[in-house]
This record gives sequence, C-alpha cells and structure tokens, in this order.
Amino acid sequence: MHEVTIGIAGAAGDGLDKSGDTLARSCGRLGLYVYAYNSYQSIIRGGHIWLKVRIGEEKVYCHGDQLNVLVALNQDSIERHAGEVHQGGAIVFNGDRIKCDPSLVREGVQVLALPINDITKDLKEKYGPIKPIMQNTIAIGAVAYLAGIGLEEPSKVLNDTFAHKGQEVIDLNIGLLTAGYEYAKANAKVVADGWTFSKKRRPFVTGNEAIALAAYAAGCKFYSAYPMTPASTILHWMAANQTKTGILVKQCEDELSVINMAIGAGIAGVRSMCGTAGGGFALMTEAVGMAGIMEVPVICVEVQRGGPSTGLPTKTEQADLWQVYGASQGEFPRLIVAPRDIADAYDSTVEAFNLADKYQLPVLMISDLLLSEHPETVDPEAFPAEVKIDRGEIVEKWDESQGKYKRFKFTESGVSPRAIPGTPNTLYTHASDDHDEESILISDMFTAPPVRRKIMEKRQRKMVNMLKELKAPVLEGPADADVTLVCWGSTSGVVKEAAERMTAQGTKTNFLVIKYIAPFHTKEVTEILSKAKKKISVEVNFTSVMARFIRMETGIAMDGHVNRYDGEPLEPQGVIDSVKEILEGKQKDLDVSEAEAKEMVYHYLRTHSLEKLRPVKLTQEAANGKGEPTWNVEIAERVTGKPGATMVIGTKTGTTHSFTKAE
Amino acid sequence: MATVIELPVETYKGAVDPDWCPGCGDFGVLRSVQEAAGRLGIKPENLFVVSGIGCSSNLPGFIHAYGIHSLHGRAVPVATGAHLANTDMKTVITGGDGDGYGIGVGHLLHAMRRNLDVTYVVMDNQIYGLTTGQTSPTTTKGHKTKSTPQGNIESPLNPLALAITSGATYVARGFSGEPKHLVDTIAGGMAHKGFALIDVFSPCVTYNKINTYPWFKERVYKLEEQNWDPSDFYKSIEKSYEWGDTIPLGVLYKTEMPTYEDGEPNLQKGALVKAKLGADKNVFKELVEEMI
Repeated sequence: MHEVTIGIAGAAGDGLDKSGDTLARSCGRLGLYVYAYNSYQSIIRGGHIWLKVRIGEEKVYCHGDQLNVLVALNQDSIERHAGEVHQGGAIVFNGDRIKCDPSLVREGVQVLALPINDITKDLKEKYGPIKPIMQNTIAIGAVAYLAGIGLEEPSKVLNDTFAHKGQEVIDLNIGLLTAGYEYAKANAKVVADGWTFSKKRRPFVTGNEAIALAAYAAGCKFYSAYPMTPASTILHWMAANQTKTGILVKQCEDELSVINMAIGAGIAGVRSMCGTAGGGFALMTEAVGMAGIMEVPVICVEVQRGGPSTGLPTKTEQADLWQVYGASQGEFPRLIVAPRDIADAYDSTVEAFNLADKYQLPVLMISDLLLSEHPETVDPEAFPAEVKIDRGEIVEKWDESQGKYKRFKFTESGVSPRAIPGTPNTLYTHASDDHDEESILISDMFTAPPVRRKIMEKRQRKMVNMLKELKAPVLEGPADADVTLVCWGSTSGVVKEAAERMTAQGTKTNFLVIKYIAPFHTKEVTEILSKAKKKISVEVNFTSVMARFIRMETGIAMDGHVNRYDGEPLEPQGVIDSVKEILEGKQKDLDVSEAEAKEMVYHYLRTHSLEKLRPVKLTQEAANGKGEPTWNVEIAERVTGKPGATMVIGTKTGTTHSFTKAE
Repeated sequence: MATVIELPVETYKGAVDPDWCPGCGDFGVLRSVQEAAGRLGIKPENLFVVSGIGCSSNLPGFIHAYGIHSLHGRAVPVATGAHLANTDMKTVITGGDGDGYGIGVGHLLHAMRRNLDVTYVVMDNQIYGLTTGQTSPTTTKGHKTKSTPQGNIESPLNPLALAITSGATYVARGFSGEPKHLVDTIAGGMAHKGFALIDVFSPCVTYNKINTYPWFKERVYKLEEQNWDPSDFYKSIEKSYEWGDTIPLGVLYKTEMPTYEDGEPNLQKGALVKAKLGADKNVFKELVEEMI
C-alpha cells in the first residue's frame, strides 16, 4: 500500500499538536487517509510527546509501526527516535539548536538539519524575530516536500487556521512553510511520491468528537460531565458548540451529580447523555442501577484509560469491562456497547439513543483513550446529518375514562408505554425502591413476592427482545482461517491490519470484534468460536478481560492471549510477533529488552534531574551476583561525551540495582 | 401576571397514605406542601416532587404529582436535571437532614450557588429515623444516639447559615407544629424566583426524645411578628445562629438575584423537553466543515 508515516517528537508546549494538525488536515483535504496518535503525558509543559501521523492512499486503520520521517523538536527526541526511521526516510530538525549524531541513524536515512537562522533572514527583516514555536511550521514545510504533498494545500490550511489573526500572521506562517519546503527541495530527496489525490475532503475527527456530533444528530438536549481525561474533549466540543446545537451542557460538581442530573433530565423526557473516564464512572455506579429500576433512557460514555485508580491518566487501556458490566447492585436491563472505530462510534451513539428510548434503559458505551482521542480521516458519508430518531412507545394523551395509567404496566414485550412528566392524567412517581405496575413501592408495607417476580421478569424481558435487533458479530477475513483473533474496541483497527498481514504472509487469519457486551450474542459467538482452529484474544490489558467474559458467556476458552499494558496502544507487528510466539508454543518473554532498558535509563535520568546525561552503550551480563542477568549501561554527558555514570538494571525484575556517577 | 386559580388540598391527595409513625412531623410538612401548591394553583401534572432516601424522602409517593424518589443524597442533582429539562414544571425537592445535609451536602452547596429556581424543603428531625436512630449532621452536641452512645462529639451543622453564605436567595425555617405558618413559608419559597431552602423542624417521635414538639414549642417565635427585614445579608447570617432559649421561624433571608436559568443560553427559548429533535442541516454541515 502507498503510505508514509511522519513522527513529530518534542516536549509539551512545543506546539506539536498544531503542526500535526496542519499536516493531517492538508492530507485529509487532498483525499489521502490519515490516522494520528499522540502519545502524551499528564503534564502541561515539558515531558515527552510523540505524535505519529500515518498517511495512506487507502484507509489506514491504526498508526502502524513504520517511521519514515522524524521531526525532532528537541535534542531528546533525536536520541529517542532517530534510530527508528526506516531506510529511505529522513530526519528533520532545527540545525541551529539540535545535533544528530550519525551513529544514531540507520543507513540510507537522510539527515536534514534546517539552518533556521539562514533561511528565515528575509522573513525576520519583514516580520521581526521568529518565535521558537514557529520552527515547527518550517519543519512542516520540509515534511510537505518529503511526503510529496506539495505546498498548496498546507498553505490553505494555515490560511484557515490563522484567518482570525489577520493577513500578516497568515503571510508569515506561509512564508515559514515555504522556507522549509524550498530548503528541503534543494537539499533532500522526496520520501514518498506519486500520490493520487482524490481531493475528496474528509473530516479529521476523534472518537469523542464523533460521539458528540452523533448526539447532536440524534436529538440529545442535555449533556453533563465533570472534567476527566480522556472524556473531557466530549465536554469541550459540546460546550464550544452549545449555542449552535441547543444542547444544554452542564459541568457538575462531581460525577455523582453528573449521572444523577442526566437521569433527571432523562426522566423529564429529553434525550440525555453524560461522559466520564473509568474513575468517574466508579463514582456513578449506584445511579446506573437507579436508571435501570426506574426504566430511564440515559446514555453514559465510559472512556477507559490506564488504571487502576488514577493509573495512567493519559494512556490507553481496555481494563474496565468488569467495572461497567458489574456497575451497580442488583440485576437490571441495560445495553453495554463498545464501538470499534470512529465511524462506529457515530452509529453506536445514534443507536444508543434509540435503544435507550425504545427499551427505556441506561446505555453504557465503553470507549478507550485511543478511540476517543486519536484523530482520523473519516468519509463524510459516515456522519449523516439526518438519522433515525425512535422515541419508543410514548403516551401522548390519556383520558381518565381509559382507567388508571400504569407507568410500569406488565407487558409481553417488557416495555411499558411511557408518559412524559407534564402529561395530564398519567401522574406517577419514579422510585428507586422496587414497585408495582402503578409505581407504588413494594418494599415497605406492601411487600408482595409475586409482584416483585413479575416486575423483575418484565424488566428482564427487555434484554431478550433487545438482543433480537442487535447485529450479531461476524468473522472478518478468510472463513477457513488457521487463526482467529478476538478483540474489542479500538484494538480492532490494529487487529485488522495484523490479520491481513499474517494472511498475506501465509498464515490465514481472520478476526472477531465484540461490540455488544450486554445483552450478549451467546449463541452466535459460541457457534463461531467452536469452529475456530486457534483462538487468540488481543487486548490492551493484563488479564484478558474480554477473553474471560467470552468464556463466562460461552464456556469457550482462548488458546492464547496477546496483551499490552504499558500504556501504549498495540501495533500490528507487535501483535503478529506475539501471535507467532503463541502458535510456536513459546513462553512469553517478559525480560527487559535493550530498547526498554534504554527507556528505563531515560526515565531514571529525567526523574533524578540528570538530563545532562544520556545512555550510550548497553551490554548484557549473565551473572554478576545480582541474582539475575543485568543490563549494564554506560552513560555519558550529552555535550562532551565524557563518561557520566553507570547503571545496572535487572533483566528479569527491571529493578535499578545501582547507579554510580563517574568520578 | 395571570390570575391564580387556587386548587383545593385534596387535588394533591396521593394514591397511598403515608406510612410514617403516628405523630411524625412529616405529616404536617406533606399537608403544607399540598396546601402551598394549591394556593399557587399549580396543577398536579405541572408539579415535580423529587426526593432522596429516608423517612421523609418517601413523600413523593404520598402526593398526587409527578415524583422522583431517587437515591440517598442525590435528590438535588436528579431534581436539577429534571428541572433543567422541563422548566415549565415547578420542582420541589423534599427530604431529610441526613439526605440533604449529610450524604448530599456537596450537591446542595452547588445548587445554592447556582441559584437554581427550585424549592428545597428539608424535614429536619436531627436524627436518622429510617435506619433506626443514629446521629445526623444536625444532631445536637452531647445527644446520645445509637451510633453515639457516649454522646455526640461533633458540632451540628447550621443549615441556614450555610444556605445564606452559599448563595441561596430564599432561606427560611418552619416547624410542623406551626402548620399555618409553614404553608406560608413553603408557598413563599415556591413563589420565589431562585433557590429556596426551607429547613423545617419535623420532630421524630420515635428516635429523637430531645428535640420534641414541646421542646420546640417552648423556644420558637415568628420573625414575621417581629418586623424582621430579611434583605440584610449579614444580619441574616447573625440571626441564623440564634439557637437555644429562643429559635426564630420564618424567612431569615430573601433577595432577588439572576437564576441559573436566566444565564443558560439554551433555556431562553422555552423548555428543552419541547424543543425539536435532530440536527439542523446547515448547522450540522458547518460543524463537519470545521473538522476538515
């Protein structure tokens, strides 16, 4: 496939996301497909940020595992990523400030040190000093040349981006872009070329934005939230557009308030939604059961991030399945759905509103940081403005001659036609205590076992009936595969690519994406998995929660598990390697690799205020009295190259056995 | 203003009779809420009564209106959501001191600072009744309860001072032993535009043997009979600390301030529940275009 991957690395506050955005939007407007992933940290300034933008002529489903062009915004970024650039690629940086040691670079990689001072002379004369953050635009100009996307489209994007700041700012930025482009043109070879630009304009959108946009289309009128990464961007989008959409956006004092307000709004008859991350959802759980017993339509988006507890606030994980599945005491009907990608997030949100209304129940939508925060180009057809809106059975009018209105009437379908508060002659109380058809409590003085039995059965019938209209999961890829990969959520993108590559390499591989968790397609999944030759789960967690869930529901155990739980999303080659290990019957190697040992050294240096130093050489020692093999690391001063320290890291445990500063 | 057509108290008679202990103060509060609604001519279908959990929180089940009997401590957020979704209805929150001042006090503070246009009637009996007699946030210091057999070592919360300083714009106290006065106080709160907190002494005849009807009767007096000016913020705070031989009843503090609803852009065109569903095609197109 025709594709190129650009990596931009720097510190928080370097303006890196804006640069990535310019690049990605330019490609999106040219008709290329883009998938971006920003590996960032919970820090406003500093830290290390690593943005990968993968561009393809065909749809790209994950950020991949290639690196063709590196834009390094600081010295640290060169040291960390220069070695990852593939042959034929290029490394771009501000040559006035940053050095690139040739020993770090693979053969056949171009090193493009931009002489920022020289190439911006004219611009400085005209516009004054160039701010450090503007070096990014010059670098993007160089990338535009290297990636073969031309100067025109990025210029237009900058024009739009800075439109509100006036012509002078636009001209300056386009000038910087052009300077970078021209320098690269004169001094480097293109890395990717020969694109066919379909010019189909595609929105570049995150999962969270797709959910918010879908909510608007579906008629959502109330959105409540408490700020929490990675769900906050739903709140931001909702708030930024509230006067356009008419959605009342409420930032609450805590997540208890968030969900209880959303439920209150749902009771009052508006389409209502709230969103949070795993920690916030933990606070919400009691109310989920209330929505269940009161039969209230309400949507709650739970965006998973690295846990437990505060965990890894800005990193991705899929470990909240049990929390969502087990949310709230007792048994009650609810829909639990995990969208697989951005287009699916849109559809799932619209469907969630319809099913919540039709079956009068809470919908818990499980997303994850990768799905929620990574932007991707999506075909505009995936976002229809006009969507189906089904409010279910509503009692518009009730005459007293019809007898007493029963809010929770025992019906065959389990659904009791709903009168919206304000309707005359249908008055009732929503109770969190269990109740009879007329909503009179059966918990205090009228405890009646048969009434309880019948209302429980009525509510549970909704699960049976809802399942009938949910699309069952299907195998994707060759039917006669040797390997079946099983996944859920955003992992489906990387699994799709891994399966396709494995099939192309001779191991026929298909995959199964689980989207609906409750109710669950037990029959269909059992049928599929009982025929699969080798079943391997692929999840971003430690305990393979989805594999366990499937075993619980079907009795079928996986033959192996691929897991990642270091905060980063899976990448196709990593999945392929792990699957091969499982197929070969190899034990998973949990030793600290050389690359990981190097990362651990960087971590140690950063956290001990030793950033003047950097690791230069790692050697493994089998036995040295530490009770395990070790990585012995030589650490040098960045500037002089003189020995700075030595560090010994355990290969098995990962502990720092010693750190010794040079005399 | 439209003429109010008063409705008889029977209009609000619930399907079920209250199961409170005979003599419970909550009977008087229920009756007063019904009378106040009737006086203001609020049709039952336009009245939303929202509670949490506790003896007094059973109230929505005993009144003919739309009701929500929600979770312990969550009456305020549930009512906020319901009210913001349908501002055409009158929202009254009812509950006890444990529900409102204990487990739910965080929400209460924020609802008051928002000056949300709802009325909150707290049936304050200074004890946990439904759970059979433990200490509550308003239990007096030294009071021996099931959970404080040696006597309560915590100081009680002052709900009125809390309400005045948090931004409530109608802060009053009632007593279920003074039903006529209580109806006036609650009706005043319901007619007020903004957050009304009405703390009502509603004695628990079963578990609170200290703060009884006679105990209050000996101490309470009506501010209205003393020409009290409720517009002074600082004097009202001072007044809210009057406790002991004399305890004031009535409206301690009242002011006119913009409500949350006044500031919310999406409530300026009427109730949300009546708004058209679905996206405006042009707006939608514009929103998608911003992403390209």
